[in-house]
Amino acid sequence: MANSFLWRKLHSLSGIFPIGIFLVEHMFINSLAVKGETAFNQGVALLHSIPYLGALEFLIIFAPILFHALYGIWVVYLTRNNVLAYSYFRNWLFYVQRLTALITLVFIGWHVLILRFSSGQISFSVVAQALSNPVVMALYLIGLIATFVHFANGLWSFLVSWGITIGEGAQRKAAYVSTLVFVLLTVVGVNALLAFK
Amino acid sequence: MPKEITFRIKRSDNPQAASYWEEFKVPYFAKMNVVAALMEIQKNPVNAKGEETTPVAWDCNCLEEVCGACTMIINGTARQACSALVDNLEQPVRLAPLTKFPLIRDLVVDRRVMFANLRKVRAWIDIDGTHDMGPGPKISQKVQEAAYELSKCMTCGCCMEACPNVNSKSKFIGPAAIAQVDLVNSHPTGSLQKEARLEALMSEGGIADCGNAQNCVKACPKNIPLTRSIAKLNRETSTYAVKRWLGR
Repeated sequence: MANSFLWRKLHSLSGIFPIGIFLVEHMFINSLAVKGETAFNQGVALLHSIPYLGALEFLIIFAPILFHALYGIWVVYLTRNNVLAYSYFRNWLFYVQRLTALITLVFIGWHVLILRFSSGQISFSVVAQALSNPVVMALYLIGLIATFVHFANGLWSFLVSWGITIGEGAQRKAAYVSTLVFVLLTVVGVNALLAFK
Repeated sequence: MPKEITFRIKRSDNPQAASYWEEFKVPYFAKMNVVAALMEIQKNPVNAKGEETTPVAWDCNCLEEVCGACTMIINGTARQACSALVDNLEQPVRLAPLTKFPLIRDLVVDRRVMFANLRKVRAWIDIDGTHDMGPGPKISQKVQEAAYELSKCMTCGCCMEACPNVNSKSKFIGPAAIAQVDLVNSHPTGSLQKEARLEALMSEGGIADCGNAQNCVKACPKNIPLTRSIAKLNRETSTYAVKRWLGR
């Protein structure tokens, strides 16, 4: 087996597990903001109190995202998009997947830089302060939507790449499910974002 | 229908030469196809400006959409010139060579890579010799019907042309060869070499390079369920890889 088979499969898998799982968890914890400042700060404190935090963060979050991003850039480079000549729905999604990959990459890099590494201890007021800038808020909305599109469509693609959905009917149903995943994540994610006021 | 049909043809004198567009006016006759129009240009190689030029080179063979030789880009999409009826085409009719294969001249390309890919994935059924081995194994009606669809592949290259992951930067073998693995693996005798083909699909430029744009299944003139074969072999290569890893 040439390594590219293994790397491609791991690339597809890593987008769902652990990165996708982490994304869902992240949006869920963010939603504590909807319940108020105290609830959010307590949640953050709880997360920061878990054992082996650094190791977990590295193994479940940083390393997989770094691998997914770096190998993903290679995958994006290997494509020559042709949506204008072959403007089918799936081909557009294939293109959007690569477009949102790059947006998400820049967004996550920036997000981690400003909120994880340069803000000290994260808290409701720190996030609210950052989001009070309408430009930051707008960029966050764009970044979030791009991330959700990339994850939801990646979920559909993962199901095909691992041979879980084979027939046309199964793939269509999977497309409905990924649309639902996108809608749910958007509702929850944006609702949490707008709660930081 | 106008008395004359305008053709805009992308031409190159040789593989290294810069390409250029040349326009031709071809007398219309009922039910003419693109091959017939190219034959008219061959008979009278004069372009729309009235200048004498070289006849346009193209490839064709069966003239009934089963050999794939006359595949070219007609009005932006890859298809066969023989089954492209001028009556159904937007005018002026634009003809260009396939872009995913080495160009030879004008509309002629070298599709050899498609056959090389079939060899790469062992898309044939091995037999031990020429002696009588008795009747072959029985094949169910269901398997036969699925195999028939896959057997219609004429290695025309439309799927390769439409695939965004088949290009000069990538080593991807493309959809056609993958579907042929599905075909020969579904045959009871062919399945004896199943693992070798799965391994070939798992090598560099193999099935994992598919990015699920699914243009291939739309572009295929024979309506071969290419994306189904790809997803099915995604399952087989994935489970084979895991089993092999756990079993070593």
